[in-house]
Amino acid sequence: MNHILFVLLRRLRAPLITVIVVYAISILGFVLIPGVDDQGKLWRMDFFHAFYFVSFMGSTIGFGEIPYAFTDAQRMWTLVTIYATVVSWLYGIGKMLATFQDQAFIRLMKRLSFVRDVKRLREPFYLVCGYGMTGSRVVEQLNKRGISAVIIDIDQGRIDALETDDLDFNVPGLSADAAEPDVLSEAGLESPYCVGVLPLTDRDSVNLAIAIASKLLAPDRPVICRTESEITTANLASFGTDHIIDPFVTFAEYLALALHAPYKHLAYDWLTNPEHRSITSAYQETRGRWVICGYGRFGRALYQAFKGMPVELTIIDMEPMSVAGDIDFVEGLGTEAVTLEQARIKGAVGLIAGTDDDANNLSIIMTALELNPKLMTVVRQNRSTNARVFAAANTDLVMEPSRIIANNIMSLIKTSLLGDFLDEMVHCKDDVWAHTLVNRMSSVAGDQELDSWAFTLNKSETPALDRAIEEGKAPTLNLFLKDPRGLDRQLSAFPLMLKRQGKIKLLPGELTELLPGDSILFCGLTEAQYQMQWTVANFNVFSHVIGDPDGQGGWLARWYRQRKKHS
Amino acid sequence: MNREKVIFAFFIVLALTLNFGFFIGDTANPDHHNIYELYAAIVVSLIATVLKFGDRTHIGAVLLATSLVADLQLVAASIVWGIAEHVTVGGMTGPVMASVVSLSAGAVLANITSVILLMVETILIRR
Repeated sequence: MNHILFVLLRRLRAPLITVIVVYAISILGFVLIPGVDDQGKLWRMDFFHAFYFVSFMGSTIGFGEIPYAFTDAQRMWTLVTIYATVVSWLYGIGKMLATFQDQAFIRLMKRLSFVRDVKRLREPFYLVCGYGMTGSRVVEQLNKRGISAVIIDIDQGRIDALETDDLDFNVPGLSADAAEPDVLSEAGLESPYCVGVLPLTDRDSVNLAIAIASKLLAPDRPVICRTESEITTANLASFGTDHIIDPFVTFAEYLALALHAPYKHLAYDWLTNPEHRSITSAYQETRGRWVICGYGRFGRALYQAFKGMPVELTIIDMEPMSVAGDIDFVEGLGTEAVTLEQARIKGAVGLIAGTDDDANNLSIIMTALELNPKLMTVVRQNRSTNARVFAAANTDLVMEPSRIIANNIMSLIKTSLLGDFLDEMVHCKDDVWAHTLVNRMSSVAGDQELDSWAFTLNKSETPALDRAIEEGKAPTLNLFLKDPRGLDRQLSAFPLMLKRQGKIKLLPGELTELLPGDSILFCGLTEAQYQMQWTVANFNVFSHVIGDPDGQGGWLARWYRQRKKHS
Repeated sequence: MNREKVIFAFFIVLALTLNFGFFIGDTANPDHHNIYELYAAIVVSLIATVLKFGDRTHIGAVLLATSLVADLQLVAASIVWGIAEHVTVGGMTGPVMASVVSLSAGAVLANITSVILLMVETILIRR
């Protein structure tokens, strides 16, 4: 692809030939026209002097008439060639500047510099396709964790926005169609530093193409794909896409969880959302009739998620045809009091404003609250720039689909164990269990971000523990939680889950003995993770934590201790 | 008939003929080698090089390479000539002329390659 110089030269063919021809004629003229030297004898300029003279004349440096004063014939020719050379230079330079400003040329240069940036990346990065609301959130959170990203988006405007977005380090971005395998390849799909592919565009066909291309070109790369239809979901699953996220289904399940199992929802929220909500925000009064405004893809997913729950539903939508069966239905937008009264808003327990228009959603909520001030309100926020208005609207729950999906993706990226844990919690545990869990999380994290991380007991991840097990010691889980800087203190963290040979145990006891191959998921403050890393990776710190003085120090110190003991 | 092709072939062949005209003659005898002919050969060779810019085919790349070789040889020859005439005391002598002519002989070879490639390309085109 290094033919940018050739593209430039091809475009400059005409001006270059002009300059050569003008110079050739000028030089030849000076050689042919007779002059006189300082003694008045006939003297002809040779090619060397003629080239010298034309060179400084053409570039308008002008050293004068060298080596002897010119005759009038020579001056006449100089007059002609001054204009000819200057004009040919101006033509050449003008053409060159025009080439540099040409859109096609600029695109080519941008693409080349993008390819160069990607090649220079020497750290793990995620390939993010689609820099919309979800994509930008994911990139922002990746950046906060110090993980690089490479971005492809079809819209040049979004790539321009990338440069002004508040990111900690430089993220290469290219405006191109990510469905083309060449583009993916240029964006580093096959690079050994690429740790995953995230097709997050809003078009299913594009996401599908990216997922297939990446599974064929680089089968080891995990793919976390966004999709909006069930057909695509099945299609993606059929060729081994690692994680598939449907924003509407995810969002609807999240909402259903919030309303029917508030503490489970809080636990879920704390583990996936860096800006989790306070513990007092759990809702109690959710049984009764709910009014849903907007039955699009979101409404349908919501209806599915609410099925089998002890709630009645009333749906308000502009299009009557999209609702099937025996659902209580009112036609309209929901922004007027008439429609809401038709939907018997006064007897309802809650309202979900779920249309894809932020202004309408706010209007629905405000009208409904006038009619029924006790109503519980859930509002869907579509654009992240509207955050201030939604915060001021005094609703019970603001749902931002792009944020929920981004958090979901981040929790998958952080550790795959978290997904297992959330699944197990949502499907197998009750809300009381979740309540105690949330209380425990709250005592550990308070208002700070609750982080989560995992270890697998093996040589590469936990060398110190591995060695201890080899030496016959049986480390227990509570070792992890001791602060190496002061053994009487505990780290702000606790184990969430132990996975042993595919079996999952939630909230394992602190005296559980560890075996090689165990995976443990922790949650707590990020600070605690750093300390824990010391314990599991450094044998000296580990010996200190278990109170074994013999294991501490280097080889020399141990040898000295050994000697002292014997003597 | 394609006007661009005519101009292209014209300059490539002219570069060879001018170059050959300068080269032919007694190697060490300055009388056999006209400076105007060398000058014309350099100018035509430069123009031929520029004409070859931007051809992405493989044959185009080789054509450009041979042309650059010819330029290099001819410019080197003219520099040797200039240094002999203006910088050194001895002026243009037989041995210096011989080195100028042998440099231009190298350019002739490069130009012959160019013309052969041009012929190959022409023959390969089927109507």
